[in-house]
Amino acid sequence: MGPAQSVLNLHLPSLLIYSFTPPFFNPDFHKLLSHSSPLFSSPNFPSKPSPSLSLSLSLSTAMDIDPEDLFRDSDNSDDEFLQEREPSKEFVVYLVDASPKMFLPASKDVGKGKTHFHVAISCISQSLKTQIINRSYDEVSICFFNTREKKNLQDLSGVYVFDVMDREFLDRPTARLIKEFDNVEETLMKEIGSQYGINADARENSLYNALWVAQALLRKGSIKTSAKRMLMITNEDDPFGKIVGAAKSDMIRTTLQRAKDAQDLGISFELLPLSMPDDEFNVSIFYADMIGLEGNEVTQFLPSAGEKLQSERSFICADTGALLQEPAKLVFPYKSKDIKFSTKELSELKRVSSGHLRLLGFKPLSCLKDYHNLRPSTFIFPSDEELIGSTRIFIALHRSMLRLGRFALAFYGSSSHPQMVALVAQEEITSSSGQVEPPGMHMIYLPYSDDIRHVEEARVDNDAALWATEDQIKKASVLLKRINLKEFSVCQFANPALQRHYGILQALALDEDEMPEIKDETLPDEEALSRPGIANAIEEFKVAVYGENYEEESKAAATKTSGPAAKKRKVMAETAVKECANYDWPDLAENGKLKERTVVELKFYLTAHSLPVSGKKEDLISRILTHMGK
Amino acid sequence: MHGVLPEIETFCSMLVQKKLIYSKTDEVGIVFFGTEDTNNELEVEVGGYEHVFVQRKIEVVNGHMVEDLQNLPRGTTFGDFMDAIVVGMDMLIKKYGPTNKGKQRLCLITDARHPIKDPDEGTKEDQVDTISSMMKARGVRMDCLIVREKLDGNANKSIVDENDRLLNHFSSRTFAKTIYVGRSTSLLGAVRTRNISPVTIYRGDLELSPAMKIKVWVYKKTSQERLPTLKKYSDKAPPTDKFATHEVKVDFEYKSIEDPNKVVPPEQRIKGYRYGPQVVPISLNEWEAVRFKPDKSVKLLGFTDASNIMRHYYMKEVNVFIPEPGNSKAILAVSALARAMKEMNKVAILRCVWRNGQGSVVVGVLSPNISSQENIPDSFYFNVLPFAEDIREFQFPSFSSFPSSQQPTVEQQEAADNLVKMLDLKPSGGEEALLPDFTPNPILMRFYHVLELKSRNPDADVPPVDRCLKRILEPDSEFLSQNKPTIDRFGSQFELKENPKKKKSSKRHWRDRQLTSNEDGETAKDDRSEIRNSNVTNDSSAVKVDKIGNSTPVQDFNAMMARRDSPEWVSRALREMKNYINDILENSYEGDTFLKAVDCLEALRRGCILEQEPKEFNQFLFDLYEKWKNTDLVSFFELVSSKNITLISKTEAEDSDIMDDKAKIFLPKSKPSSQ
Repeated sequence: MGPAQSVLNLHLPSLLIYSFTPPFFNPDFHKLLSHSSPLFSSPNFPSKPSPSLSLSLSLSTAMDIDPEDLFRDSDNSDDEFLQEREPSKEFVVYLVDASPKMFLPASKDVGKGKTHFHVAISCISQSLKTQIINRSYDEVSICFFNTREKKNLQDLSGVYVFDVMDREFLDRPTARLIKEFDNVEETLMKEIGSQYGINADARENSLYNALWVAQALLRKGSIKTSAKRMLMITNEDDPFGKIVGAAKSDMIRTTLQRAKDAQDLGISFELLPLSMPDDEFNVSIFYADMIGLEGNEVTQFLPSAGEKLQSERSFICADTGALLQEPAKLVFPYKSKDIKFSTKELSELKRVSSGHLRLLGFKPLSCLKDYHNLRPSTFIFPSDEELIGSTRIFIALHRSMLRLGRFALAFYGSSSHPQMVALVAQEEITSSSGQVEPPGMHMIYLPYSDDIRHVEEARVDNDAALWATEDQIKKASVLLKRINLKEFSVCQFANPALQRHYGILQALALDEDEMPEIKDETLPDEEALSRPGIANAIEEFKVAVYGENYEEESKAAATKTSGPAAKKRKVMAETAVKECANYDWPDLAENGKLKERTVVELKFYLTAHSLPVSGKKEDLISRILTHMGK
Repeated sequence: MHGVLPEIETFCSMLVQKKLIYSKTDEVGIVFFGTEDTNNELEVEVGGYEHVFVQRKIEVVNGHMVEDLQNLPRGTTFGDFMDAIVVGMDMLIKKYGPTNKGKQRLCLITDARHPIKDPDEGTKEDQVDTISSMMKARGVRMDCLIVREKLDGNANKSIVDENDRLLNHFSSRTFAKTIYVGRSTSLLGAVRTRNISPVTIYRGDLELSPAMKIKVWVYKKTSQERLPTLKKYSDKAPPTDKFATHEVKVDFEYKSIEDPNKVVPPEQRIKGYRYGPQVVPISLNEWEAVRFKPDKSVKLLGFTDASNIMRHYYMKEVNVFIPEPGNSKAILAVSALARAMKEMNKVAILRCVWRNGQGSVVVGVLSPNISSQENIPDSFYFNVLPFAEDIREFQFPSFSSFPSSQQPTVEQQEAADNLVKMLDLKPSGGEEALLPDFTPNPILMRFYHVLELKSRNPDADVPPVDRCLKRILEPDSEFLSQNKPTIDRFGSQFELKENPKKKKSSKRHWRDRQLTSNEDGETAKDDRSEIRNSNVTNDSSAVKVDKIGNSTPVQDFNAMMARRDSPEWVSRALREMKNYINDILENSYEGDTFLKAVDCLEALRRGCILEQEPKEFNQFLFDLYEKWKNTDLVSFFELVSSKNITLISKTEAEDSDIMDDKAKIFLPKSKPSSQ
């Protein structure tokens, strides 16, 4: 069995598990005439040994780094986090089996006539849509094999490279590609055709041909700057099953050789097997050898980044109008003086540590509170590349920390974000569909005392009970058990704002008239909540904490103007009415004497007539005049 | 108490300094107690209250206070904190009367180790009660900071206990908070020195279901405090101009990529989003019509086991949900839920839209925060969780798949276990060291410090990192020496050596990226390497080099210096070269980049002589030396010296003010290695 990553669960709607997606909190605006600033870059991580302990680690950011910088005032010196990284591309060739077997229904449910081919196509389509958003510099090619027609540069039979106008075979995905690909099933039926590639009497080996075509396509680009992958989707676990004798072993040998050649060229081969309803896909029949070629090497992809910004900034001296270079001095008002800092002094001030990760000690995990968090965490994995022996130390510490339930406290002295961090050991977690959590450590950025607020510690000054009674807690427990998300996993929701954002973009790019309906998966399941069991639990809890007649009481409270502020307003309105009566307003207005009255007096009128009291004196007067109809 | 006074000086002056920066109109009074002298109105009026010295009456914060607090008197008597509290209250009452309710605060700093006097009538507890009710009536809050490094033998345990009990009595009676600190570093972070009035980000219902809602207020729990924004300063105005603002205006211009001279005015710009190779233009109005607009609400999706939410999925700064103040039903409902969640080890998953018009929703995890004090209600912490799009699924090899040469042996594992056990920052029963809640931001601390220094002397240099702050940045040396055997054993168990075969590791790769990306206006690296390749095959003059790359920095520099199509190139080349040298030095690992840096430095020097810009080079070298002289990079300068790279002297370039004989002695430490 090959690496876990090459198993696709049929229920998954997309290929997302394979893509390394940079995150999006907010879709970044791009000026049409300019380009985006990069969304993400990884921190530089030099590893100089500290006197007591030294390790060399390789570090990758597991999630986004908020591009807001701690030190935004000096915009050039320390913006390491905003600096752009060279995009590393990925080239992918999808090899889709188009043999008739793929068009058999994928499940036994006869009604749902979804074929494996359909599943494969919608997976790829999903993946393309994700890719065009996240990694649009990556290039893809979609290649069908076991087809009747052929279309490929080598003119090999049984292989059809799907393509659209204005695009090379292996190229960046375009809106047109996605659109036409959505209709590919029809095209395939009509124009491309499907046939069993390797028949008993076949001389052509379509699998071999497909590998050859894919490899030729992936000749593009340097292996140093890009990752190359072949992704094969098939439900045929025994492609040479119909052949016997020497021809079979010969074909197997040449095919494996072909795959190995590709491998030697740095192309990784992945298999997405689809199981037949009553027939598990048996990888060991043939494909295990092919995947096995891949070894345990796991390609570590680097996330891509944006590109340069074409806005220009200029500094102008307000006194002389002279155009300045980047100003060398910055000032801060203090004790009614302007204290001057040179940029050099500022960076010296910020340089408190030499940019390493320094161990300070260990603490029990319980010391890491839920509110000790500022930013997404960073993942750390050992590497022996620079310092041999690092991995061993790392593993030993990792194990000890897990065993003793401790995390390491360290100081991460990057020049832009020097911060205390907690290093939490993460045990590897795997499931049937592959690695869920890789082994390593998570670096959690800790707040300083300056960053922590203590709002919840506001004392309540009344005699009412603040803590729930046993009975109330018990009712709450029942509720907790009722509304239990058993299988909750953090990434089960797609971001509805993003989905909509890209849905709209896609519609606009493809000139579709209708805006797509995006389902907001984050909405609570109100239907489930209204089921009797849950509804009762909620009701009981409500009665336990709120009392029987809560609804009426709260309604009564709402109508009654409560609170000191409301009371104050009421009193003020009453006095205003009283005071207001002391003036002959029409007369004052008539004779233009309103402006001789004070603002306070004018406000009596306004308050008494429930008009706004904001603005300058002239505004007040004109408001009064308007109100009196003058 | 005298032992910690230096840290208390830092702490108190910081308190006033921050007020000078963030809330200039705050009013502060200073009272010392345990002093030899007595100076307070109560002593005059009613007698007693000796050794309480009002250093400054309550007045608007000013620089003198900082100085006062930096020179605390070393008293001669035991401090009586109760007297001090009374004097402080008296000052507040006399100054403000019934006004400013809720805005007054006493900050008591004491070690509370010495007995306090018995009151004239009643018990000490009665006295606390009387004072408490007075404080409560006037809305005076109190922060008690009790400083105890270690209880030595001199301290009388029963007195200490009594004092602690009295002070805690305050907390239970009033709006008082008592904090115990041991280490001087925690002292600096123990009390919030800057008051930010909390602002809710949401007030409204926490909706369990349409039928059941709890009124809550949501605040930020953590929010990264940044260095205050500094204004840009222009010194272009003539010094005689008294009305010069010295302000700098920043102008943004958008230029088309094809024609960099063409400025595109705002009306010709439209926002566009990238979609693959295409950019889809869309006007704001159009966008407004179609974009995602959820309604303001906070809804429960369900409860789940706390273990389902891994700690590292917390994405952002943390919020806190508190029940609507004054709403006793909401308080009970939150309390019941929080306690049930705590008992069952569950968390709640919420979907939040904090305000109307917000373009996105947030899904996050609500965890219980059970109050330990009777007059504080229970609350929740809320952490944002990632969406499917936010997750990067990296695959890494299992540790078990590594060869045995990379697996720890039993002895090694034992050494590691011991290390983790011994380097314990939270010894059982002891104080937790470096608790985030008590650890100040060293950079902000340094900024305030330098600000104060500069306010006295504008030319003051940035001082080295304070001893107190070092404990945040580096392991405590005392702590390390206590555990020396464990550390040594750990060190001897493992062997680390540099990889000799390291060709171009991925890390180096990263560094290269970093370097190239530091240059402005860069193009993709592919293009650049192509340029460079053609550079080699054609001739360096054929292709115009416009930046210094990592592979042939010296050639690039020379090529740029030689460009004559714009006078800017020389200054740009000089600037980039300096940055480059700086960068590779900064990123050097055991001097691996030194030779390259020396080559570059030599090229820079040659260039500066050619262009007759000696000062550029001299200043740079000087700065470089200043910057690194106290680090391990100092060995670089020994190399520089040995290569005979000196400052540019007057004979080499007329503009230099370095005499020939001085040029050589500048970088002295070419001393033979001392070992």
